[in-house]
Amino acid sequence: MTPNLVYVVVVGVLVGAGVSLLLERTLTRIIIGVVLIGNGVNVLILMGGAFGTPPIVGGGPDEDMSDPLPQAMILTAIVITLGITAFLLAMAYRSWQLLGHDEVQDDDEDTRIIGLAERDEGPHAKESGDDDLPAPVYTCEPQERR
Amino acid sequence: MTWLVPLPVVIPLLGAALTLVMARRPAAQRTVSLTALTATLAVASMLLWLTVADGPQVVAVGGWPPPLGIVLIADKLAALMLVVSTAVTLCVLVYSIGQGAADGDEETPLSVYHPTYLALTAGVTNAFLSGDLFNLYVGFEVLLVASYVLLTLGSTENRIRAGTTYVVVSLLSSVIFLSALGLVYAATGTLNMAQLAGRFDALPDNLRLLLQGMLLLAFGIKAAVFPLGAWLPDSYPTAPAPVTAVFAGLLTKVGVYAVIRTETLLFPDGRIGDVLLVVSLLTMVVGILGAVAQSDLKRLLSFTLISHIGYMLFGVALATEAGLSGAIFYIAHHITIQTTLFLAAGLVERRGGSTALDRLGGLGRLAPVLAILFFIPALNLAGIPPFSGFLGKLGLLQAGVDASGPLAWAVVAGGVVTSLLTLYAIGRVWNLAFWRTPHPDMPVADSAGNRSGVGTPDTEGSAVLLPRMMLAPTVALVAFGIALTVVAGPLFELTAEAAGDLIERTPYIEAVFPGGAP
Repeated sequence: MTPNLVYVVVVGVLVGAGVSLLLERTLTRIIIGVVLIGNGVNVLILMGGAFGTPPIVGGGPDEDMSDPLPQAMILTAIVITLGITAFLLAMAYRSWQLLGHDEVQDDDEDTRIIGLAERDEGPHAKESGDDDLPAPVYTCEPQERR
Repeated sequence: MTWLVPLPVVIPLLGAALTLVMARRPAAQRTVSLTALTATLAVASMLLWLTVADGPQVVAVGGWPPPLGIVLIADKLAALMLVVSTAVTLCVLVYSIGQGAADGDEETPLSVYHPTYLALTAGVTNAFLSGDLFNLYVGFEVLLVASYVLLTLGSTENRIRAGTTYVVVSLLSSVIFLSALGLVYAATGTLNMAQLAGRFDALPDNLRLLLQGMLLLAFGIKAAVFPLGAWLPDSYPTAPAPVTAVFAGLLTKVGVYAVIRTETLLFPDGRIGDVLLVVSLLTMVVGILGAVAQSDLKRLLSFTLISHIGYMLFGVALATEAGLSGAIFYIAHHITIQTTLFLAAGLVERRGGSTALDRLGGLGRLAPVLAILFFIPALNLAGIPPFSGFLGKLGLLQAGVDASGPLAWAVVAGGVVTSLLTLYAIGRVWNLAFWRTPHPDMPVADSAGNRSGVGTPDTEGSAVLLPRMMLAPTVALVAFGIALTVVAGPLFELTAEAAGDLIERTPYIEAVFPGGAP
């Protein structure tokens, strides 16, 4: 038996659905996306080996056997996906505990620096000064402590 | 002596298991972790000596002959990476133990820290030693899963936010890697790297290019190459200082190591050398421009980390012996220096109560030892002679000039500019944090080095500002960085030999298959 179109379509649908879920901002959707992609890739790996009878010596002629190696690899991948899913779920729960939602937030520092740059108050702005942040003083002279 | 080869993976894993069992006995945990990492370092050093004396050391795991079983192989490149990375992990472990002791968390220690840290080490060493693409994937996963836990230690709000980005991006790269593995197996029927080297040559060009692209994409995300590295400065700085330090030193370099291994062994034709040159130029320049814009020390260092990945990629892209040799030297240098700088940043955070540059000042007078500990690796990073950063960059730029294409010249120019901008960024840190007048909010130390006066609320108490057990490993790493400069001559000889072996390919393949690949 050779891989047929059904498998290819299954891989495509699983990975496609997974990717669109991965683009969401809620962690629970991302988790479902990760699981879908993981399963899609597992089917992809399965298609890489020969299909056939169970790979047990003595169970039949060697030429009809399926390739056991992709199956072993998929087992490893499934275990890894399982562990990571558990970890992600714990993270989503913790995020819900702390924030009441599990949306992935923007990075505050990034936003702050973009804001500074837009207002031209970044580390390389010309003397501004009326901000609550003290302007950098490039001096090694002793000064009065405020 | 090949029985030594699996030990760098086995010892930390055993240590992880032991420390997990001893979750309630922090003192025993510390002893086990220190012993395990010291033993790993000893084994790694012996492996380096063996590979230099006798060539690559191979072990077939479980006695299954390759290509049926998995092989672990230590050649000069892998052994050198092992020695440098284990030395750095050991220093960071001592630092984190010192931090734990100083913060007085004797009663409520995070019992998962030691097992996870050792598992991370095992993942890194497994990735370096692996002679099989799937085992490389497993090594990556082990170190990544450990890094997820370490990055979200304590699961505070900030770390959960940063951790989410990190975990999702890493997952994406793992999935790409895994599907690349599936396709490689489907195309060639093997995942043993030595065997793949021969079988890839027989594949159609376009198929080979697709597989190469997918592997590079997966490793590129892990190595934080432009434009795939935007996750790094968002996630690294929120972790505890020792965790950030070990991540910065090791994780991206494992990605670069994987790029070097696959590019030289599996895809030696250099068809996408030009693409890599452009990517390395952009990584350098965009990364360092990001660093210049930052106003937080840890984020600034994260951006310099990305930027300097570009240098290593430059050496790989040239695909000449001099280029690869320079890249390997630069990895060894950069693992040490970047980790040292993050450890120093952790000390700055303790001493100054913050890593925001506008809240620091006067550390040069308040903590002269810390100033020196920051200054030396900072100059080293910027590539000031006579430090190893200068020698590494010199080697790479020379290799670029020898390659002499217009693109290589452009990257050489970019490398020089990046080096100057690094000096500028580091100089700004020096001016703001160390040279100017102390900021009024800065904690003040009494004569015994204990905190007195105002302090930040989260580190309040009688905490020692600069505990000896945190200073000592930082000093050791600074010394290690200087030692790299002192032994640069022999080290360059070693990296040149390693690069020669990589380009020749036969030493690696013949070590796995003495009679030729089946």
